[in-house]
Amino acid sequence: MDLGFVFGQSITQAIGVTAIIYCLAAMGVNMQFGYTGLLNFGQVAFVAVGAYSVGVIVVTLGLTLWLAIPISIFASVVLALVLGIPTLRLRADYLAIVTIAASEIVRQLVRSIALRDVLGGANGINGKMGQEFHDLNPFPADFELPFLTYTRQDLWVVIVGWALIAVLTLLIWLLVRSPWGRVIKGIREDENAVVSLGKNTYVYKMQALILGGLLGTLGGVIWAVAKQSVQPDNFVPDVTFFAYTIVLLGGAARVFGPIIGAIIFWFLLVFVGEFLNQAIQAGWLDFLEPTDIGPIRFILVGIGLMSLMIFRPQGIFGDKKELALDGR
Amino acid sequence: MRRRFATVSMLACLLAALGFLAAPMAMAADDVAIVGTLVSPDGKPVVGVAITVEAEGFSQAATTGADGKFSIPVPKGGTYQVTVDETTLPAGVTLANPDDASRSILVLNGQKRLLFKLSVGGESTNGSSDGAGTDTSDNGLVGQVSQLLVDGVLFGILIALGAVGLNLIFGTTGLTNFSHGELLTLGAFTAIVLNELGINILIAAPLAVVISALLFGWGQNKLLWKPLRRRRTGLIASMVVTIGLAITLRYTILLLFGGSPRSYQQFAGQAGFEIGPVSVTPKSLILAAIASVAIAATVLWLQRSRIGKATRAVSDNPALASATGIDVERVISVVWTLGAGLAAFAGIYLGLTQDVSWNMGQRLLLVMFAAVTLGGLGTIYGAIVGALVVGMFIQLSTLIIPTEMKTVGALFLMIVILLVRPQGILGRRERVG
Repeated sequence: MDLGFVFGQSITQAIGVTAIIYCLAAMGVNMQFGYTGLLNFGQVAFVAVGAYSVGVIVVTLGLTLWLAIPISIFASVVLALVLGIPTLRLRADYLAIVTIAASEIVRQLVRSIALRDVLGGANGINGKMGQEFHDLNPFPADFELPFLTYTRQDLWVVIVGWALIAVLTLLIWLLVRSPWGRVIKGIREDENAVVSLGKNTYVYKMQALILGGLLGTLGGVIWAVAKQSVQPDNFVPDVTFFAYTIVLLGGAARVFGPIIGAIIFWFLLVFVGEFLNQAIQAGWLDFLEPTDIGPIRFILVGIGLMSLMIFRPQGIFGDKKELALDGR
Repeated sequence: MRRRFATVSMLACLLAALGFLAAPMAMAADDVAIVGTLVSPDGKPVVGVAITVEAEGFSQAATTGADGKFSIPVPKGGTYQVTVDETTLPAGVTLANPDDASRSILVLNGQKRLLFKLSVGGESTNGSSDGAGTDTSDNGLVGQVSQLLVDGVLFGILIALGAVGLNLIFGTTGLTNFSHGELLTLGAFTAIVLNELGINILIAAPLAVVISALLFGWGQNKLLWKPLRRRRTGLIASMVVTIGLAITLRYTILLLFGGSPRSYQQFAGQAGFEIGPVSVTPKSLILAAIASVAIAATVLWLQRSRIGKATRAVSDNPALASATGIDVERVISVVWTLGAGLAAFAGIYLGLTQDVSWNMGQRLLLVMFAAVTLGGLGTIYGAIVGALVVGMFIQLSTLIIPTEMKTVGALFLMIVILLVRPQGILGRRERVG
């Protein structure tokens, strides 16, 4: 049992590429669910739109990444409009059902045989994505960090990713303490009251949906650029619920919630996985196979999500007053 | 994925189990065979590939013909080792999954279709026919439509079993239960456990329904939802809890039972029989008949019985129902038990007609939601109507859209209905902004 390795891996992953992607998706969920009270269960569709925009533009069409990013933003806004127009007038439960359905529609469409020439079918799109971005990498080829085990390419993505998250967090902080932010929090607490003040809540909810979706899409862009591969079955609804767990872990309606949540979430998840792996190899857990670790991690996420929602819906650092989670 | 077995061929053991259906069916043990088609990623048949099938005291080799097809008859059902001679594959073509070169498969009755993934360079394809719909394609449009209609009604009845429980729980508690799919899976796996203990599925199935109803319905309400109601956990929070529960249950099943699909020991491969242009299996007809009776009994129970009427009263207005002396908690408890029992039956139904796998319920969850949304969230009759509409829509839509997209069509239909008539076909008009 090499505890140093387990800790090193856990910390590397806790602030690694995947954590950044999930942090962005969770920031979107926080905007929609935490601040506005919109139960968007289809956040993964926005991530998929980001990743596939890069994949299609860069690999299938052979164009530049700098074109793919604005197109992914455009596609994300279109998806939010298509989702929001029929559902934002409905109750929370309908919104949840329709958004999770929409995310499955997106996944089935991108993996379909009919669109395989463009979207790659079940194999997805693989190839050099975002070479322009990686060309800007300032680190020398033999650069190595103590303790953390990033490749040169990942290190560049991690630094730019967290910088981006810092800027976006600042913007969101400014936004939610503006009059606009007060209105969306009002919608979460009591929509009828906000309506009676003369606000068009439909428009505000749509804006929150678009904004949250955009954050998820940025996560998807980073996904494609960092992993150089987008596959339809990466974008199952479980991704959305990981993002929800992250938001609840860090504290919903807290501007730093998704960041803290993502770091804790991935630290715990990787720690459990690596620890079990080492324990199995050391022969301590004879009844488990290494392939059991995946399901065990999911079970822990499920139990975590349930317990957080039941016992501490405001999250670890949340404020209970901030969240009256039943305005429907 | 639908599994279709060849229309002929049926074995004596099956006939014995199904004694009352035995007479009209032909016995042809010769027709047990391992078949498949090898197609390269660009759609051309792959010719001349040597494939060997071996078992204890049996060995048979074949090569794929000009159409890429191979067929190896085997003497009886059992486990066979299938080997692909990779050296006979054309230059540049390889097996996408190297483990496919030699694998052991279980052949039950009828033809076992094999799936070989081939790849050229990085590209790959499913080099096999999946058989779906192939036996209807010669029937002409009328035959095809009637086959799909029958399939659709049968599928609709299956969805209705799940959807009725989903809607009853929603109606009485307001909870949108995202873990309802797992109730199907749990029912199917309870039956698998009993079945593998040596209990015939004819006995294991009703037993599993009762166990699931008590354990996963009544027990779940007692252990989880009743305390949460007492804590006054909000509906949105509860919805997120159901998500967590769904993930927990689903992966616990995966952990305990593994990822490969299973079948019940009886009725696994059953030959269909033909009524005019339509081919159905006896088991799906019988299951659909039992399911229809179960649904009709539920409706009758809601209309006539005291507790059924109380259920409708709670659905209408829990506070008022409580004020008139109805024990709301008892009603909710009954509804959970009933809903879980119906869901378990749906799971076994699905397991008998297709297979039992850890994510079978999750795959059906959105279809059930489409059905209840279509019919009207919270209305029991709406769930039945919605389920039949969705079932038929899913099957009939394959006339126009590719089969792999049929669920997408149903989900899309749901979104369109929400645009036009948000309360569903039979729902009451109600809206909170």
